[in-house]
Amino acid sequence: MAEINLRNVVKRYPDGALAVDNLNLDIADGEFIILVGPSGCGKSTTLNMVAGLEDITEGELIIDGKVVNDKAPKDRDIAMVFQSYALYPHMTVGDNMGFPLMLAGVDKATIKKKVGDAAEMLELTQHLDRKPANLSGGQRQRVAMGRAIVRSPKAFLMDEPLSNLDAKLRVQMRTQVSRIQKTLGTTTLYVTHDQTEAMTLGDRVVVMRGGIVQQVGSPTELYDSPRNLFVAGFIGSPSMNFLPAEIKGDHLVSALGEAAMPDHVRQAVHGQASGSGVILGLRPEHFEDARLVGDKPGATFTAQIDIVESMGSDIYAYFSVQGSKGAQSAELDEIARDAGQDMSAMGEEITARLDAGARVQSGSPATLWYDTSKLHVFDAETGQNLTLGAGAQLAV
Amino acid sequence: MSTAVETPRRKLAWSGANLIVLVYAFIPVLWIVSLSLKDTGTLNDGKFWPSSPTRDSYSQIFNNPDFLRALVNSIGICAIATVCALVFGTMAAYAIARLEFPGKRLIVGVSLLIAMFPQIALVTPLFKIETAIGIFDTWLGLIIPYITFALPLAIYTLSAFFREIPWELEKAAKMDGATPFQAFRRVITPLAMPGVFTTAILVFIACWNDFLFALSLTSTSRSRTVPAALSYFQGATTFEVPTGPIAAAAVVITVPIVIFVLFFQRRIVAGLTSGAVKG
Repeated sequence: MAEINLRNVVKRYPDGALAVDNLNLDIADGEFIILVGPSGCGKSTTLNMVAGLEDITEGELIIDGKVVNDKAPKDRDIAMVFQSYALYPHMTVGDNMGFPLMLAGVDKATIKKKVGDAAEMLELTQHLDRKPANLSGGQRQRVAMGRAIVRSPKAFLMDEPLSNLDAKLRVQMRTQVSRIQKTLGTTTLYVTHDQTEAMTLGDRVVVMRGGIVQQVGSPTELYDSPRNLFVAGFIGSPSMNFLPAEIKGDHLVSALGEAAMPDHVRQAVHGQASGSGVILGLRPEHFEDARLVGDKPGATFTAQIDIVESMGSDIYAYFSVQGSKGAQSAELDEIARDAGQDMSAMGEEITARLDAGARVQSGSPATLWYDTSKLHVFDAETGQNLTLGAGAQLAV
Repeated sequence: MSTAVETPRRKLAWSGANLIVLVYAFIPVLWIVSLSLKDTGTLNDGKFWPSSPTRDSYSQIFNNPDFLRALVNSIGICAIATVCALVFGTMAAYAIARLEFPGKRLIVGVSLLIAMFPQIALVTPLFKIETAIGIFDTWLGLIIPYITFALPLAIYTLSAFFREIPWELEKAAKMDGATPFQAFRRVITPLAMPGVFTTAILVFIACWNDFLFALSLTSTSRSRTVPAALSYFQGATTFEVPTGPIAAAAVVITVPIVIFVLFFQRRIVAGLTSGAVKG
């Protein structure tokens, strides 16, 4: 178990491509850190650099107080779980798990005991003599975990370990991974592109995009106060709704009509000239059927509901709003491309999560309310969250 | 697909085709076995089966010290050449399949060039060189050219097998604390075993069947291999062709190849089934 520190780490490939730019991260002993981002964001490269499978171009990697930039993977004492599991097909499950110990020159009796303990923890005891080819996907995944666990390394590195499993198994394994990590208390660096895994597993989450860290924080922090448009759109499912808007005095004018800005928002956008364009961010759960709200402060609007999905506990209402004014954000378009969605066409497509008691019907207009105090306002040019400081104060 | 339907008629057609191929392949083999069992009187009677089978030809060749010596030479030289070609070939093929290094294309090109080079053109220079450095008519004098010509074959076959092995296994071995050589020996090579055995068979047969070098780079029974030794067989008189003993010797030198192939074939099949890596 150990701390891991990354200091100004840069990865540049020989062809000049910059994969990771100036990454700073301090991982405390026993912490569970998630690296998350769309494909090509540099998260796997970062993991491989920590593992020692890729060279670090610039900067320092410190494990347990020692700079290990030039150390071979075997001298770093860290274990890795691969997306493809990378089990040795010619060895039995037991031999696979014992392989790191065998290489370390541990005697046979100790190997047997440690492998047995790990197998018990992972419910693999009856499979120890089988070959990986005869195992199911979930069992293979557990063998891969077992191989990492047996040697009690300083840290675990996991490269999308659950993405080859089917949806149900993935949820089961997610809790198991979490339980194992809590039991062993080993520092863990976990890479995923799935924001649900990031939100549920991590002590802290590192959101990356294009080789640059966007934000580091606890899942709640990322959810409640995203630093920019990218984090806001990436974290949360269904994702945050974005609307171009214009500041007019004390009011925000958007496709949802005119709304009075709450105090903290007004302070946050204070520096912005009247008439300048911003992007509004609203989470689906901050909409509600106006009839159920009472007189809580907020704004209402009427929209034609396209589709209603009832989840039992909630209702998802999808609708589009017309007559958008204000800024077009190049930043927003770029993020949409990153996410593989064509947001420009659905720029005013809104998802709202309403109470199960909401009376909305697809094809009929409904009057909805939204919570202006939960509103995020982003700079259309830079994508920065203008309400961040104010929002944080509000949360306290 | 309609071909999946196994009608009796289709079955019959395939059996017929198989039979033709088998007959085509085995008639000469059976013919030589038959010849080796005939005695001198019935050798030219034109019958397929020997009318009075005899072991005379076999006892004759096994009492011939030159033949026994040639058999030992053949086995020794081919085994050593095969092992060396495999060891060097495995390492070279691994490097070519896995690593980027300057001159990689050159090595691949040169090895292809060697494979295509007409061996007859090299006989005279090799003879000159070997007499000059004193390895003419020695085991080493044959082993070196055999390795040279076996290596391109070994490198090509093996690098194809190495490319099939997922990169991640090697990364996993590294993370598990293996040195590059340990990863190569304990993870990569076991997985490439089917390829290694296939290559072993090909290389061994190529060496075993060589006649050109065996004939021109040896002068005595000290290092002459069986194919060359056969051509020096003598009959009872100068005018008699020793057909019976030659046939017997041909049968005898086929046996090790058959054993070799059967032994390694089992390993090839066993290796292929363990290939599954991920689901």
